[in-house]
Amino acid sequence: MDLTELYQSVILENNRRPRNYRKLPTANRIAAGNNPVCGDEITVYVQFEGDRITDISFQGAGCAISQASASVMTQRLKGRTLAEAEALFGRFKGIVTEGKPDEEDLDLSAFAGVHQFPARIKCATLGWHAAINALHGESVTASTE
Amino acid sequence: MKPSPVVSAPDWAALRADFPILDQTVHGHPLIYLDNGATTQKPRAVIDSLVRYYERDNANVHRGVHELSFRATSAYEAARTRAAEFIHAGSSEEIIFTRGTTEGLNLIAYACTAQIKPGDAILVTEMEHHSNLVPWQLLAKRTGAKLLFVPVTGDDGLLDLSGLDRLLAQNVKLFAFPHISNSLGTVNPVSELCAHARRHGVVSVVDAAQSIGHLPVDVQALGCDFLAFSGHKMAGPTGIGVLYGRHALLETMDPFQAGGEMIASVQYDYSTWNKVPHKFEAGTPEIAGAVGLHAAMDYLDSIGRPAIAAHDSQLARNAYERLASVPGIRLFGPAGERGGLVSFGLAGAHAHDVVTFADQEGIALRGGHHCTQPLWRKLGIAATTRASFYLYNTPAEVDRLVDVIRRTAKFFGG
Repeated sequence: MDLTELYQSVILENNRRPRNYRKLPTANRIAAGNNPVCGDEITVYVQFEGDRITDISFQGAGCAISQASASVMTQRLKGRTLAEAEALFGRFKGIVTEGKPDEEDLDLSAFAGVHQFPARIKCATLGWHAAINALHGESVTASTE
Repeated sequence: MKPSPVVSAPDWAALRADFPILDQTVHGHPLIYLDNGATTQKPRAVIDSLVRYYERDNANVHRGVHELSFRATSAYEAARTRAAEFIHAGSSEEIIFTRGTTEGLNLIAYACTAQIKPGDAILVTEMEHHSNLVPWQLLAKRTGAKLLFVPVTGDDGLLDLSGLDRLLAQNVKLFAFPHISNSLGTVNPVSELCAHARRHGVVSVVDAAQSIGHLPVDVQALGCDFLAFSGHKMAGPTGIGVLYGRHALLETMDPFQAGGEMIASVQYDYSTWNKVPHKFEAGTPEIAGAVGLHAAMDYLDSIGRPAIAAHDSQLARNAYERLASVPGIRLFGPAGERGGLVSFGLAGAHAHDVVTFADQEGIALRGGHHCTQPLWRKLGIAATTRASFYLYNTPAEVDRLVDVIRRTAKFFGG
């Protein structure tokens, strides 16, 4: 396949200039994720007030898929409730495992090409797993292996 | 050692045809296999030896008195004799068959437990593969010994030997190190390291996983006490490896695993051990693997290991020199003499993205920490891309590699 299908411009751009890439001093929920096979590491910081994500950021090191996915995720989760965040993660998992783009969500759909690279699905979901763990107040390290 | 029968330079193109797997396309491109540090491909002679063994001679070894068992035992023990010759061991009793390098190193670490006391030290290097680090961590934990490290100088990947004698003097009982670093390509001065160890009365352990298929390895010339390697990194099958141990040391060690084959006599409440090396080989061994390893050793010696070493090292040096001009590249390991591999980071492109990119062009590379996480942590990089070469790789494949890495850098760097 053409690699531009996997590395859509949204992914390349978010990898080069990740959004919300910082520590969040006001975070009250923090969770780490790692993939021991490739050494990818991510930490997600969430400011969770009432039932809403009022701010979210991340830091870490990893491949373009994992970094871009976390970057896009922080943009899409800000302002969401826990239930909305979980629903969005469910939609995202559908996109990266089945490759069906979601008309309503072009940024998430940029990751549809990942489904053709089964080894890379865990890269795409690493940040999401950490974020959901953080929202549940679980300080455990999410592992995608 | 058996002198190499080859006098003229090998016909590398003809040798390539000995490896059936290389004749295929991957993602529409001819396969370029550059993940030989992980495992090498197998020549027809090795594949045929496995088929022949299973079609004609298969039986269990040592205990049977029927014809097939006799043949299987002969083949298995012939492989042991051949392995002794291959690394110039003093006798075939110094050859223990294992599953591979990892099992060989674990065997030593386990079987020497009773000889390590609290306050003793085990010396390793900062460039160890996890398999030559974690078994010693566990040994240290079991015994109360401490681990010491020979430092790595930096990106150039050399051992800093300036403090070696001072380290060895700290109650060190055992010094383990790699012949060739799987992450850096560094060829360590094994005989010098062993000589230092000997002067301090320290047992030396060589991890030869990355050297055995490339360089001539002579355990007596190196002066090592132990040396471990894997068959599958030297054109042989997976599941078989060798641990060489000096006979006098093997005699002092406890068994590793227990079961059939390793016993002399078993009572309900105690047992006595079979003689070395059988004391260390419990259960039915990997007989077919030993047969395949025998074929692989014959195959490599029919080419000549000095020629293979020169060929692989030349490809790696060539790749190293030409990759140096790729924008944003950070090369690891020594600039001069190196084993047959190159390891690098690329600014803006994670190793796994590089590997995915190369894979789409039919090039098999490896990206990640290569089982040397503490080393990369020290050097400040999480993952690198590694290209590792073998006798069937060609200069044209290095051209393709450099071209693809250059385009990858551009793709991700923008």
